[in-house]
Amino acid sequence: MSMRFAAWRDQFTGYAFISPFLLGFLIFTAFPIAASLYLSFTDYDLFSPPSWVGLEQYQTMFSGDPKFWKSLRVTFIYVFVGVPLRLSFALLVALLLNRASRAIGVYRTVYYLPSIIGGSVAVSIMWRNLYGDEGVINKALNFIGLESVRWFADPFAALWMLITLSVWQFGSSMLIFLAGLKNIPPSLYEAASVDGGNPLQRFFRITMPLLTPVILFNTIMQTIAAFMTFIPAYIISKGEGGPLDGTLLYSLYLFRRAFVFYDMGYAAAMAWILLAIVAVLTALVFFTSKYWVFYETKED
Amino acid sequence: MAGKRLRWAAWHLLAAGGAFLMIYPVIWLFMSSFKRSELIFVTAGSLLPDPWVWENYVTGWKGIGGLHFGIFVKNSLVLVVLATIGAVLSSALVAFGFARLKFKGNKFWFSVMMLTLMLPFEVTLVPQYILFSELGWLNSIKPIVVPAYFGAPFFIFLMIQFIRSIPAELDEAATIDGCGKFRLFWRIIVPLIMPAMATASIFSFYWRWEDLLGPLLYLNRPSLYPVSMALKMYLDAETISNWGAMFAMSVVSLIPVLIVFFLFQRQIVEGISTTGLKG
Repeated sequence: MSMRFAAWRDQFTGYAFISPFLLGFLIFTAFPIAASLYLSFTDYDLFSPPSWVGLEQYQTMFSGDPKFWKSLRVTFIYVFVGVPLRLSFALLVALLLNRASRAIGVYRTVYYLPSIIGGSVAVSIMWRNLYGDEGVINKALNFIGLESVRWFADPFAALWMLITLSVWQFGSSMLIFLAGLKNIPPSLYEAASVDGGNPLQRFFRITMPLLTPVILFNTIMQTIAAFMTFIPAYIISKGEGGPLDGTLLYSLYLFRRAFVFYDMGYAAAMAWILLAIVAVLTALVFFTSKYWVFYETKED
Repeated sequence: MAGKRLRWAAWHLLAAGGAFLMIYPVIWLFMSSFKRSELIFVTAGSLLPDPWVWENYVTGWKGIGGLHFGIFVKNSLVLVVLATIGAVLSSALVAFGFARLKFKGNKFWFSVMMLTLMLPFEVTLVPQYILFSELGWLNSIKPIVVPAYFGAPFFIFLMIQFIRSIPAELDEAATIDGCGKFRLFWRIIVPLIMPAMATASIFSFYWRWEDLLGPLLYLNRPSLYPVSMALKMYLDAETISNWGAMFAMSVVSLIPVLIVFFLFQRQIVEGISTTGLKG
């Protein structure tokens, strides 16, 4: 068997093994991405062939569609209030649970449970009802002497429902932070306490810097996931995004444009704007990371 | 000594108090499902049902829109099982290719795969829908199940991590014994990566069981609806008299998820912690 044949055979075997991914990528990802770019320059309602309209969809989006801006604003509030809150809770609870105790397993389970069930329709229905006019949240507010809030009448209150539902699911990030905390060598803390550092100094000088790579990764992934949130907004607002578009998250609006109004060209243009936003944000987090992410340099 | 005790008690109080707040909504849902429908919101402030009733489960299980709830459960199970088998097996195959085989383009395609993990699904939503409708697949489970057979990036990544922890000498020994790549994969690697495949199956189960968007887009006939869509039907038909049934069936839909969660906690925690990806 010649060397060339062996090399060729290795190539073939490699590609044969990854062929499911390659085919799937071409059919269900690459081709649709290109197709949605093309569609974003057309007017298309699924029933008659797409007609080329150039940049019209993008122009409408930016200057002729207040709903687009509303939904963008709602989504930005949802992402940039929800994700930092979620990660802060995850970090705080991870620090709280990062100690030796037999009860840790139980606590960890309970804190983590919401992120396992949180994406389901059942939980969104539950959340809707917690915030009902006579629901638990209002009962609790009354109990501490505050007035009931009509969560489904005020757009900001309604958005708050979605944000709290997202923050409630901080458990998976907490697990990742816990794993990160376990990787910090105890010797570092011992050295610090010999030097007389107090717990707060130890946290900011040792824990935080060593955790920053994990925080970076989580920030990116959670931000992207938050931009894609669909089920809670769809269920809590019964598919409408109300009241007054208060829960009209970007993906819900896109879904409505595409599958309620059959405005496929517009939806495709929205999808590309979203892709651009996510790419820019990811790049931003990535390129600023050298100023705040601490990478351990390997000595030896 | 007393100070240490006090701090220990304070820590438990804090951790347990937080845990109680976290779990309270779920307990409330569970307890409410045993209250009489018209009393759920009248007595929302108290957890214990008075009187305890089963009727919500009886009426809920009878179903909605002329369809028994068992049909929705069966539909969900079919979706979950078919998609999970496809996703796990194809992902294992691809993961072996990326982790163990040397070929030109390996690194490139691996990076492409990792990038697709970060791709917003909205970008492919409309063309995929058009593709499946051109294929005549609307109103069938094919658009939901078939793509699973082309590997899932998250599972591929999970399994690559796992395969890399297996010593490469094992492959070399098998190759010297005249074992072909596929037999090496099937006879040696697959049995060794069973734990990673189990973890992938668990996540696949969750995602498919909870999925709403796929069924919402591709299934129009209620007789094909999975549980998530059935719950949406309850919500659409919401009245005071069926709150109880909606609550009860929400609980029913969470039971399989909770059972899997408690049985396979170790795998779930490891899956999340080692890949750093969300469940």
